[in-house]
Amino acid sequence: MIAEAGLVALWLAAALAFLQLALAWFGLVGGKDELLEAMRPVAVTQGVLTGLSFLLLITLFVQSDMSVALVATNSHSMKPWLYKVAGTWGNHEGSMLLWVTVMGVAGGAVALFERALRRDTHMATLGAQAAISLGFYAFLLFASNPFARLETPPPDGQGLNPLLQDPGLAFHPPTLYVGYVGLSVAFSFAVGALLTRRVDAAFAKAMRPWVLAAWIMLTLGITAGSYWAYYELGWGGWWFWDPVENASLMPWLAATALLHSATVLATRDALRAWTIMLAVVAFSMSMVGTFLVRSGILTSVHAFAVDPQRGTFILGLLALYIGGALALFALRIGTVREGQQFELVSRETTLVINNLLLTVILGLVLIGTLYPLMTEAFGHKVSVGPPYFDRIVGPITLVLVMFMAAGPLTRWRKDRAKAVGTRMLVPAIVLVVAFVALGALAWGRMGILPFLGLTVAAAVAVGSVAPLWKRNLRRTPLFNWGMVIAHLGCAVSLAGMASDSAFTVEKLVAAKPGDTISTAGWTLHFDRIVPVAGDNWTALQGDMTVSRGNGAAVAIHPQSRFFTNPPTTTTEAALLTRWDGQLYVVLGQEAEQGRWQMRIWWKPFVTLIWLGGIMIALGGALALLGRERRGWVMKIRKRRAMA
Amino acid sequence: MTRTLIWLPLLLFLAFFGLFASGLLKPDDHLINSRLVGQPLPAFSLPAAASDRPALDSTEFATGKPRLLNIFASWCVPCAAEAPQLLALKQAGVEIDAIAIRDARPDVDRFLTRYGNPYTRIGLDARSTVQMALGSSGVPETFVVDGRGKILHQHIGDIRADDVPDILKIVKDAR
Repeated sequence: MIAEAGLVALWLAAALAFLQLALAWFGLVGGKDELLEAMRPVAVTQGVLTGLSFLLLITLFVQSDMSVALVATNSHSMKPWLYKVAGTWGNHEGSMLLWVTVMGVAGGAVALFERALRRDTHMATLGAQAAISLGFYAFLLFASNPFARLETPPPDGQGLNPLLQDPGLAFHPPTLYVGYVGLSVAFSFAVGALLTRRVDAAFAKAMRPWVLAAWIMLTLGITAGSYWAYYELGWGGWWFWDPVENASLMPWLAATALLHSATVLATRDALRAWTIMLAVVAFSMSMVGTFLVRSGILTSVHAFAVDPQRGTFILGLLALYIGGALALFALRIGTVREGQQFELVSRETTLVINNLLLTVILGLVLIGTLYPLMTEAFGHKVSVGPPYFDRIVGPITLVLVMFMAAGPLTRWRKDRAKAVGTRMLVPAIVLVVAFVALGALAWGRMGILPFLGLTVAAAVAVGSVAPLWKRNLRRTPLFNWGMVIAHLGCAVSLAGMASDSAFTVEKLVAAKPGDTISTAGWTLHFDRIVPVAGDNWTALQGDMTVSRGNGAAVAIHPQSRFFTNPPTTTTEAALLTRWDGQLYVVLGQEAEQGRWQMRIWWKPFVTLIWLGGIMIALGGALALLGRERRGWVMKIRKRRAMA
Repeated sequence: MTRTLIWLPLLLFLAFFGLFASGLLKPDDHLINSRLVGQPLPAFSLPAAASDRPALDSTEFATGKPRLLNIFASWCVPCAAEAPQLLALKQAGVEIDAIAIRDARPDVDRFLTRYGNPYTRIGLDARSTVQMALGSSGVPETFVVDGRGKILHQHIGDIRADDVPDILKIVKDAR
């Protein structure tokens, strides 16, 4: 019954989306703004129904109802409770239901909470959201039904990919999806604005919190995903330029550019067409990413649901929505009045440069990701790996973060070059000092990119907090704090990346129990190998004690885990976090004469990468909170003045 | 200028769309051109993996006659599925040597009794070291090696019935 109820909820939601689209159509064509009031409950109910349907699927997974095909192929009754729940979205159908749920709930939220937008634009926005949702409902109901039953249920399920059996699965995909799909709201806003020809500061102000919310979740999702890959894959790396990682990075780059251009539009009423374009591009990147991953046209470690037929369906949706939005853009943007002009030396200019650089990086990542496809079209299969991305994206990113520090130190509209120079003096001095000091200490002992990365990170860290200089900190608005913390987070993250590639010490040994290994100031004593068992796995565990200098010894336990359903081996690295870095130990395979292969890494300050990511998201959250609070305060004041 | 410029995003997208569509419509070929194709076989010397077959040394591949090198394991299910095809190749006159990965002699013996033994020599690669050197990432995999020890072809995954003629052709061409 539960599966059928879930399916009914989905069909109802799809019907409501259709109704929502029809209401928007009649409202816009007939000029009846009051239909917006009818659309609100429709959109909210749709959100509730999708949420319900998703909860029902989770229930099926928790109950291990093997008569449901999806549960039988992706779950197992022996699985721990957490992974039964998280397994709901660890597969194609379930994750598409999560996609549709986020889309429905986001649409409901826009209907319920958005009050600043003009009524006709609001209607068009909700209509656009319904139109996109309809395509994905169709995809789910006709090509990826998560509630399909099996005629003869198997006695037990086939289990979940052991790499996914990690607490990371509970957190990373949902946050990422909220961000990914949340960008659909920005897309709908852009379409709504184009349809009603309202692209102005008020529109940007209304759109900004939605973009910001999606961007915060996307940032958290990417940060969590990176850390998950880092400790679960056991390769010691934190970013592999895998197509799926790029698929999450590209919408983030577009959304970051969008946030900044929306700020220019909201504050100065400039960059109208550009902002609309970015809003379209951001969600388009989410859809393209989904297509690349799910169609299997690119090979990826994440390729968990490859099916060319589904690929064709998603490609059709891409053509309809992206093609449609871009055609609408081309037809309508000429009728949008040009926004305000600005001087060469102004914050607008720095933000334009920021946008251009982000777009260039986005383009390069896109080309790198699609490169195997392009070369295949000319007959041979070549893929570009990390060397391409590191070498191409790295230097541009360094330039980008330097402009990031310059932006907040420049005034809106018009500034004097000399004044900007004075404000940037301290960061510039730090840059030179860091360059000389680091050069004297470590020239030739690290690559040029990590070297510049560390130098720039130091200068940008100072530059990021410079806007707070001589300000009354208690009266500084919350959103300014948000900006400072997010920018500082970029510097922190950059420092972590550079430090990891510059200073990491790697040691590969074959050791037997009783051996002592020294590396990078650490002493590791290999005590023994013991078998251990978990809920649905058994493992060989290395019991080791590590100590640094004269410090106390700490026990660590790297494992090599064997799962039976499905049969797979995973490495569970042992991570020891210290303030100045992480010790990362992987137990490999048994070698001859009772020796075990082991990989030991000491990674100085690697944790800064993810700390920076969290700071960036926190900065976004503060900015969101600050702006919303200001809105409420103004509203209350207005009401008091009226009373 | 701007008039044409505003259509540019749509045109770019159409180009990408074409790329995606061509990528989707194209039949997926699982042939991976290994870097080792065209290269000499790496040198190795492995102990015997089965009681009634001799050990395997890389020098055996430079005897003037093309032969197959099959990478398998007794614990590998697709390898069992592949066994009839290998027997068919053997009957067609192709010499097949094998490397058993992470295996034990009693297990290999049992596997060969059960699924047939098309192999001339079988080497035991207990730690996958030779497998790694061959650039092979899993079992089963099959290499076609010419009479001078050069790798001509790498087949990843089990050999299906419809792969047999292709492999036969490669071996015949090499003679």
